Amino acid sequence: MSPLSGFFALAVQTYPGSGNAPLFPPSASTISGEVDALYWFLIGVSVFFSALICALVIGFSVRFRRRPGVHATPIEGSMALELLWTVVPLGIAMVIFIWGAKVYFRTVKVPSNAMQIDITGKQWMWKAQHPTGQREINDLHVPVGVPIKLRMISEDVIHSYFIPAFRIKRDVVPGRYSSAWFEATEPGEYHLFCAEYCGTKHSQMIGRVYALDPVEYQRWLSGTVAGETPKQAGEKLFASLRCDTCHNAQSGARGPDLAGLWGSEVELRSGGSVRFDADYVRESILNPAAKIVKGYEPLMPSYSGQVSEEQMLALIAYLESLSAPQGAKDRP
Amino acid sequence: MTAPSASTAPSFAPRDNYLTADYSWRSWLLTVDHKRIGILYLLSVTGFFFLGGLFAVLLRLELATPQGDLVQAETYNKLFTMHGLVMIFFFLVPSIPGVLGNFFVPIMIGAKDMAFPRLNLLSWYVYMIGGLVSFLAIITGGVDTGWTFYAPYSSTYANSNVALTAVGVFITGFSSILTGLNIIVTVHKMRAPGMTWFRMPLFVWAHYATSVIMVLGTPVLAITILLLALERLFHIGIFDPKLGGDPVLFQHLFWFYSHPAVYIMILPAMGVISELVAAFSRKRIFGYSFVAFSSLAIAVLGFLVWGHHMFLSGQSVYAGVVFSVLSFLVAIPSAVKVFNWSATLYKGSVQLSTPMMYVIGFLGLFTIGGLTGLFLACLGLDVHVHDTYFVVAHFHYIMVGGAVMAFLGGIHYWWPKMFGKMYPEGLGKVSAVVIFIGFNLTFFPQFLLGYLGMPRRYHAYPEEFGVLNVLSSAGASILGIGYLLPMAYLLWSLRYGAEAEQNPWGAKGLEWEKAPTPPPTFNFDATPVVTQEAYAYADDLPPEESRTQARLV
Amino acid sequence: MSDSYGGHGALAHHFEDLEQQREAHTLGMWAFLVTEILFFGGLFAAYVVYRSAYPEAFANASNQLDPVLGGINTAVLIGSSFTMVLAVHAAQQRRKWAIFGWLWATIVLGTAFLGVKYVEYHHKWEHHLIPGPNFLFEGQPGGSEQLFFALYFSMTGLHAFHMVIGAGILVWLSVLALKGRFDEPGRNAVEMTGLYWHFVDLVWIFLFPLLYLLGRHQ
Repeated sequence: MSPLSGFFALAVQTYPGSGNAPLFPPSASTISGEVDALYWFLIGVSVFFSALICALVIGFSVRFRRRPGVHATPIEGSMALELLWTVVPLGIAMVIFIWGAKVYFRTVKVPSNAMQIDITGKQWMWKAQHPTGQREINDLHVPVGVPIKLRMISEDVIHSYFIPAFRIKRDVVPGRYSSAWFEATEPGEYHLFCAEYCGTKHSQMIGRVYALDPVEYQRWLSGTVAGETPKQAGEKLFASLRCDTCHNAQSGARGPDLAGLWGSEVELRSGGSVRFDADYVRESILNPAAKIVKGYEPLMPSYSGQVSEEQMLALIAYLESLSAPQGAKDRP
Repeated sequence: MTAPSASTAPSFAPRDNYLTADYSWRSWLLTVDHKRIGILYLLSVTGFFFLGGLFAVLLRLELATPQGDLVQAETYNKLFTMHGLVMIFFFLVPSIPGVLGNFFVPIMIGAKDMAFPRLNLLSWYVYMIGGLVSFLAIITGGVDTGWTFYAPYSSTYANSNVALTAVGVFITGFSSILTGLNIIVTVHKMRAPGMTWFRMPLFVWAHYATSVIMVLGTPVLAITILLLALERLFHIGIFDPKLGGDPVLFQHLFWFYSHPAVYIMILPAMGVISELVAAFSRKRIFGYSFVAFSSLAIAVLGFLVWGHHMFLSGQSVYAGVVFSVLSFLVAIPSAVKVFNWSATLYKGSVQLSTPMMYVIGFLGLFTIGGLTGLFLACLGLDVHVHDTYFVVAHFHYIMVGGAVMAFLGGIHYWWPKMFGKMYPEGLGKVSAVVIFIGFNLTFFPQFLLGYLGMPRRYHAYPEEFGVLNVLSSAGASILGIGYLLPMAYLLWSLRYGAEAEQNPWGAKGLEWEKAPTPPPTFNFDATPVVTQEAYAYADDLPPEESRTQARLV
Repeated sequence: MSDSYGGHGALAHHFEDLEQQREAHTLGMWAFLVTEILFFGGLFAAYVVYRSAYPEAFANASNQLDPVLGGINTAVLIGSSFTMVLAVHAAQQRRKWAIFGWLWATIVLGTAFLGVKYVEYHHKWEHHLIPGPNFLFEGQPGGSEQLFFALYFSMTGLHAFHMVIGAGILVWLSVLALKGRFDEPGRNAVEMTGLYWHFVDLVWIFLFPLLYLLGRHQ
């Protein structure tokens, strides 16, 4: 985070409204400083133009107030001025647009070494599943200095995962995965809010994000009961749901072998292709006839109603781990 | 060009006008006179404004404390939903076009009425029926989906009167479409001889652009709401993810109308501001054709930016980029207008009467509201402020600081023309100031709350957001009083106000110069023949002063 | 058209002359048809989105429709547009019985269309293809085929609704013709209704291939 935005954040946080009535949120991630810099620039632009308009309007209204015998001067317009006040705002707008797009790209490009945490939202709670097996309700413990990727889905209506201190937010939608990433920089306790209206207890669908330094994080990991990791659970499910009866490496198997497919393009029976990613896996489990791989028949039964969202994420984690011998593929 | 001579000036002796023509209930409820229809709309939108305002008072009262202790969560959710629905569909969309547009578009272009007078009356009845259906939904339990009705909450999970409300909104939408059709045909076909497009007041240009949006956008809302109602009643599955339906498709369809809708709400207000700035500086609007074309540009560009409500919903990154850049572009015509209005004041003859005070308020608050729109169009920032109180503050600055101020300014300006009475000027000015102060106290803290991270539609919130919320609620009480004042003195003036002269502001325009105050049923004694440009204040000047200057001195 | 403006006869009081009145009505009808395009447009947009997401399911679902019946209906509607043109022409020529006859020919053809639609809808009802909790596609509940049928019923239902309104207006016009209403606004009303009828026909021309002819070439 740049020194300038750090200074501003500090100044505002320690004078008036610190503590019990802050005027500015804490800045605790690698992106929050960049977002704040953008914010302060826009504040500057806004203050400038608001002040300009206020000054001009009030100034002219007073200076040219109606006086007996003094007439208004008829002035039609000015092409030069029209150009000026079209081009200059356009230029400023484009600067803001490009800068904003750049910051936005950084928020959507997930670092390849990110640790993945699965988030399920449902009315009115958040469930987090750590890759090491820990589960949390409404809270999220993360290590500082490690990029974290959240793979999220809703079990019912649209929610939104919002951590103001990290300046990240993403809608959590039923039927399809969405993702967000962050890297915490300051240990601390931060708000987690649901930011998409989701019904009666929308304002109670909140929690705490605990960013912990490495030692504290290890302590939390070992101190918290860990269930199966998603990968382990997924492997077990793959067997118990008898997926392997069709999806295996034998010749003449009724379904394609799923090992090593993660992230690759798969050709479909109807022409076209699809990326083997979390959304495709989920769709194929629930609605197998939608996208059939080329060379196979529509034989797979639907597991709709038999696999919960958390089980789905476990299966996906398992399939993701089945990398081909030549090495790991890009994560979606 | 000289001022009309005495022999050609219309006679403005007191006589029958559109109000006195017939006093029966039937003559009002079955009127086809665009002016009476405007008054009918005035009564309805005022009623809905205070209903929506009541909901706002209740929810600000709840938000004065961090805990959800005044009403239950479900009730609170209904309050903000119904506040939004009532204010948007039953006040903001119909107010200026239905009241001032209906009353003055025909007169300003020299016509005897709208192109389709009976359709105009039908518009009002359709609006009232839709309003009644929605009101029924409100009093029989309410609706708690947010005015945005996002699926699948609204289609599958909500336990409130979603379908009934959807039907009410569906019906009301047709009122908008019919009004838009009427205005478009009126402007194209009913202009008096000599009233070319570029001699029309900017108020008419603004309403024309608004009508284009109404006509093109509202049908899409209609079909979306219809699909939602079908989904709700018959579970057809169109937005149900379990069947492959896409809740985000609902958002695309919904916002395709609802973004242009905000321009339906602000363009007429901008039209009012143009008229008021010209009248109260006694000058032609600076850059007339730029202001006229900017209305059209806003109408066109406004249809291309709906995705900026959905940057975080799961649409592709590239779609986000496209919508972001277009959203910045749509801001430019509005900026052009603000600069042109400001430049009009330069070397004008400015009178700070009550309507002009509303104009000054508009110029400041709309500018702030518009600039904060840039924050939201900016992708990197929107990630943080989307769905927070920052958005709430932004749109209230535009809609309340902008559109409502303009509506009040227009009502005050044209009150003498509509009713032949003057309101008390002192009270007018005081109310404008009270409203301005109350407004800022209510909504400025919400920008700070938004950046802090307070999400929208929260019934209870963390303690540390308390101080700012208390300030906001305090402001709301002042604002409420501010709105009650004009209600009171305007009503008072109908009975006890001073008689208005023919043209109390000395303004230009057919409604002031050629139509009596108040106008007779058919507006003019004879069809006016237009020989002057719009805002021809220069024509009244002595010859040595009337030399028009094409460039700023 | 009537005296509610205080005008008398053909020219409404707020218009300067008959030509202005006719131009206003014509522009009004065209503008209204533009709103109808946007109204149907939302459904077409939803169709495009879902079809590109679920091409196979949509093709399978489309195969449940009978293209012969759909084709017959298309011919019927085109025919009704033709009879409508003849009615407009007869109105221009002020031939009372020709107007009446051609209007009723249009109404009959329109009703035939609705009759065929009823047969089709009934077939869907019997085969559990009405979207909702009782929907079954080839014995299976759920699935994206239901989306196809949700769109099928919405689009053809909305279209049929417009046809019913149109037929109603045609009946009223035929009564006006019987009464000898051949003045300018009376003739113009037939022409404006003709525009509306052609529009409804045109919507069907788009609906037919999109709904009935998907995947037929496979």
